[in-house]
Amino acid sequence: MDFLRPAGWAEALAAKAEHPTAVPIAGGTDVMVEINFDHRRPDRLLDLNRIGELYTWETDGPEVRLGAAVPYTRIMHELRSELPGLALAAHTVGSPQIRNRGSVGGNLGAASPAGDCHPALLAAGATVEAESVRGTRLIPVEEFYTGVKRNALAPDELIRAIRIQRATGPQQFAKVGTRNAMVIAVCAFAMALHPGERTVRTGIGSAAPTPVRARTAEDFLTAELRDGGYWESGRPLEPSLAAEFGRLAAGACNPIDDVRGSAAYRRHAVGVLARRTLAWVWAEHTTGEENHRCA
Amino acid sequence: MRVNLTVNGRPQQADDVWEGESLLYVLRERLGLPGSKNACEQGECGSCTVRLDGVPVCACLVAAGQAEGREVVTVEGLGEGELSAVQRAFIDAGAVQCGFCTPGLLVAADELLEHNPQPSDADIREALSGNLCRCTGYEKILDAVRLAAARRGEAG
Repeated sequence: MDFLRPAGWAEALAAKAEHPTAVPIAGGTDVMVEINFDHRRPDRLLDLNRIGELYTWETDGPEVRLGAAVPYTRIMHELRSELPGLALAAHTVGSPQIRNRGSVGGNLGAASPAGDCHPALLAAGATVEAESVRGTRLIPVEEFYTGVKRNALAPDELIRAIRIQRATGPQQFAKVGTRNAMVIAVCAFAMALHPGERTVRTGIGSAAPTPVRARTAEDFLTAELRDGGYWESGRPLEPSLAAEFGRLAAGACNPIDDVRGSAAYRRHAVGVLARRTLAWVWAEHTTGEENHRCA
Repeated sequence: MRVNLTVNGRPQQADDVWEGESLLYVLRERLGLPGSKNACEQGECGSCTVRLDGVPVCACLVAAGQAEGREVVTVEGLGEGELSAVQRAFIDAGAVQCGFCTPGLLVAADELLEHNPQPSDADIREALSGNLCRCTGYEKILDAVRLAAARRGEAG
């Protein structure tokens, strides 16, 4: 095995172009597990720890440009107001030790359907900035997930940053697991209100081969909020509306039975999480008070 | 490959390191520091918790080469010649049974108290949520951290 240690981004791109099979490693919380268990023996590791710009972010536009390797701990504490949904999701990742190392770039690189970031990115609206010596590609996050643990990166590309729409309304994230720490999601749901556009967006995790949006549920709720005059009145949502939203969200799932849960349970739980997170974001939208309860 | 790093304040050099090797393996097998324990090798148990440039991490998930030029503190570095306050509190509170999880818990608890000298129970639970113990049932571990915090407050 070879250990490549580029000192800067240009050098990293050149190394990836020269060695397309090199496996990028930043926090190591996925890659090292695979190596420790002999599930993977890459011919080369490409260490990204020394590339400073991957650990910074910019918040001056309508989007946050989040460096690919910014640890979850910093997102939780320092980007809570700009990216509330992602900050909540980041807080559910593993443990403090894991959150000190793991990053959104790693979650995207691994592209597990159970990755905690994905629903929050889908709900907020995000674009993956993939770069190679050939140039930069902006990939809408919906198009980034191509299959179970597969993504749209070309072999010579690295993730430089993730551009995430800065929140203009309440966002929530809820995850089902057996305890509050060290849990791979049984299923997860993210919800974002976009009051400026008067739309809602969602993300479902761990309940389909890839992370997905519940588009039918989004379209239904967006139309109901508009036609019912909810944005203007700020009145409480009809229970039947929330119930239908949950039903449609459950319908967007395409889960499997596995050791963490059955397909039927996942579908049911996603419906419950959808209804619950909708209640939370709508309450925050109308009262201005954020919900801090666990899902 | 060769890896140069600072461990518990001393410059160290490890030779013939395999590129896929973890920092934990380097500490235990090459530098003679077996305090950090090797259990799950997947970041689930926290028994290998060390500080890397001050930050608590699972040493089993850091590639050895990533520690080049970095500062590592292991459980062996907590007390200098004598037990640290957290170590003393773990003993006094009876928070050690088989002892396998103890080094990781000590490093995590020490870091918590450094940043948050008077943690709430929720703070303690969260800070230690990445460290599994299968013997004592956590209550005495929580007692130990509360005791260390209280003693620090009295001394402070």
